[in-house]
Amino acid sequence: MLGIFFPSISVKGGDFVDLSTIFNFQQLVNGLQLGAIYALIALGYTMVYGIIRLINFAHGDFYMIGAYSIYFFGVYFLAGHTGIHPIFVFIMAVIISMAAGALIAVLANQIAYKPLRYRPRLSALITAVGVSMFLEYLFSSLPFIGPSYLAFPNDAVIPRTEYLLGGVHLNNYQIIDLGVAILLMAFLTWFVRGTMTGKAMRAVSLDKDASKLMGIDIEKIITITFLIGGAFAGVAGLLAGITYPRINPYMGILPGLKAFVAAVLGGIGIIPGAMLGAFLLGIAEVFATSFNSLLGEGIAFAILILVLIFRPQGLLGEKTAEKV
Amino acid sequence: MKIPNFLRKSTVQFLLYSLAFYLVIYFLNQLNVLSGYPLLIIEISLIYVILATSLNLINGFTGQFSIGHMGFAAVGAYVSGTLTTLIWKLSIDQPIYQTLPLFVIALIVGGIAAALIGFLIGLPTLRLRGDYLAIVTLGFGEIIRTIINNIDYVGGPRGLLGIPQLSNFTLISIFTFLTLYVLRGIVFSSHGRAFISVREDEVASELVGIHTTKYKVLAFTIGAFFAGIAGGLLCHLIQIAHPTQFGFLPSFMVLVIVYLGGMGSLTGSVIAAFLLTILEKYLLPLGLQMLSAWTQPTFGFQVGVEWRMVIYALLLIIMMLFRPEGIMGMKEARFMIPEEH
Repeated sequence: MLGIFFPSISVKGGDFVDLSTIFNFQQLVNGLQLGAIYALIALGYTMVYGIIRLINFAHGDFYMIGAYSIYFFGVYFLAGHTGIHPIFVFIMAVIISMAAGALIAVLANQIAYKPLRYRPRLSALITAVGVSMFLEYLFSSLPFIGPSYLAFPNDAVIPRTEYLLGGVHLNNYQIIDLGVAILLMAFLTWFVRGTMTGKAMRAVSLDKDASKLMGIDIEKIITITFLIGGAFAGVAGLLAGITYPRINPYMGILPGLKAFVAAVLGGIGIIPGAMLGAFLLGIAEVFATSFNSLLGEGIAFAILILVLIFRPQGLLGEKTAEKV
Repeated sequence: MKIPNFLRKSTVQFLLYSLAFYLVIYFLNQLNVLSGYPLLIIEISLIYVILATSLNLINGFTGQFSIGHMGFAAVGAYVSGTLTTLIWKLSIDQPIYQTLPLFVIALIVGGIAAALIGFLIGLPTLRLRGDYLAIVTLGFGEIIRTIINNIDYVGGPRGLLGIPQLSNFTLISIFTFLTLYVLRGIVFSSHGRAFISVREDEVASELVGIHTTKYKVLAFTIGAFFAGIAGGLLCHLIQIAHPTQFGFLPSFMVLVIVYLGGMGSLTGSVIAAFLLTILEKYLLPLGLQMLSAWTQPTFGFQVGVEWRMVIYALLLIIMMLFRPEGIMGMKEARFMIPEEH
């Protein structure tokens, strides 16, 4: 559909590349699907950054843990209990992955980040790298997980069905990914704008000391932020697992970094910015990958560098003056 | 009369200590006390000294948070390895007066190539602060790895094989001591003070007339140059250059060395490089083997060597929680500090 805007171009002497094979509706759907997964991770990144100004490197690993929790749910529970209604199974999977991600996120905050709250920011950042490496290598060292790829039980969680809609191949995973992401984003928007806790979160991200004086329990707000961020990352792990059904302990590194790029693209600390950035990044990555796989792997970082040079506050951010 | 630089007390001390270290290891090796694996561990430790001290210039002294240091080493390793193995086709059987000059040239070309990349990476630091920079350097390491994986001429994902073993203990020692000598000279010069002032307060150092951008880029370029040389030495020691050698994990190990030793202490980096390399290559495999002897019959599972990375990560977290300033803090050994004029 978008192909009409892009005529065929000639590369390398007569070898025609039809650009409509790259910029078409099919790829747009794939890009939105990838963007939905990035968005769920990016939201946690941007919320944590907004509140305690920490790039939580371990955030990608919460996503990995969400995927593994469903792997074990599938292998140890679903294999022995067939005949449960598929919608019920999926809801259970969502709850389990969210709980797993949230639990690890809150634990990481309590054990590793909380004691460093009033130290230099670099200390917390290094600790975050340490937490990330610890989780990855712990999972790859545990004898019942191991470093190699495992097959995700996606058909046990929800069976795949294909649709053909006007020449575009769709499947129910794409609809689920987008649906869950949009639902959770709507929930988050309501939570941050419509509840007292959300109001307190916004207050803490604006000014920590002033909100403390107003009687806000900062540590509680930070814990809630990690809880929501971890839960979102966990459910992103479930969605990524059913969509790309191979998981390993290092699966969180690259999506984590790209989700961070998405958060920066939209304006770090801004929740709608993270959503916008994630969808834009997902679409850009799918288009770039169908052009050249090497380009696809590098485009996120190219975007990051370009954003930081030309619009460091992000697409939706406002420029702030630097204070001494 | 002004005493020439190389005759000053601390310089003489530095050279004497270096020479003593070299001779002790050399004779222990000649007496077959340290031959084989222990010598290899010492050689690798020395290479890690180069990597850690050069990263310390970026992270510790200039306060930039770079976590893709092995990306620079990869550039150095692949450039020098390509020169010696694929272009000049050197081999260990050729007489040393033919191979040695070419090898040194290859190492320096590798270092310059890495420095160029470091300069390019340093440029966006004009706009980036701590945490953003970390992501860029991490992404840069990944990009380098992806590019190497896709260049068939240097072996792609198979790695560059059949590199002649041109590095030896003497050469590695010379390069390590040279690196330390140069870095200690930089750090304690007026340029070094400028690096430190950028770390302490960027805005304030700009106000007193320090060109912060220049010093940030300079730190990256110098650090990358030495990392490139270390990469070249490493791949000519273990005779292979492979993309996974230069991934996030080895970069992380160098980072741990710098923070364990103490940010802004070259002496600390040297101590930590030896400590952690010996721990990683010798003590931990031994300890895990002993632990397995107990867990295998009791619980039926083996604690393999892969657990050493879990311990490494824990070490980093525990250190940041309880002693964030590292072993040496910001102190230096006396002989690492050049005297005033």
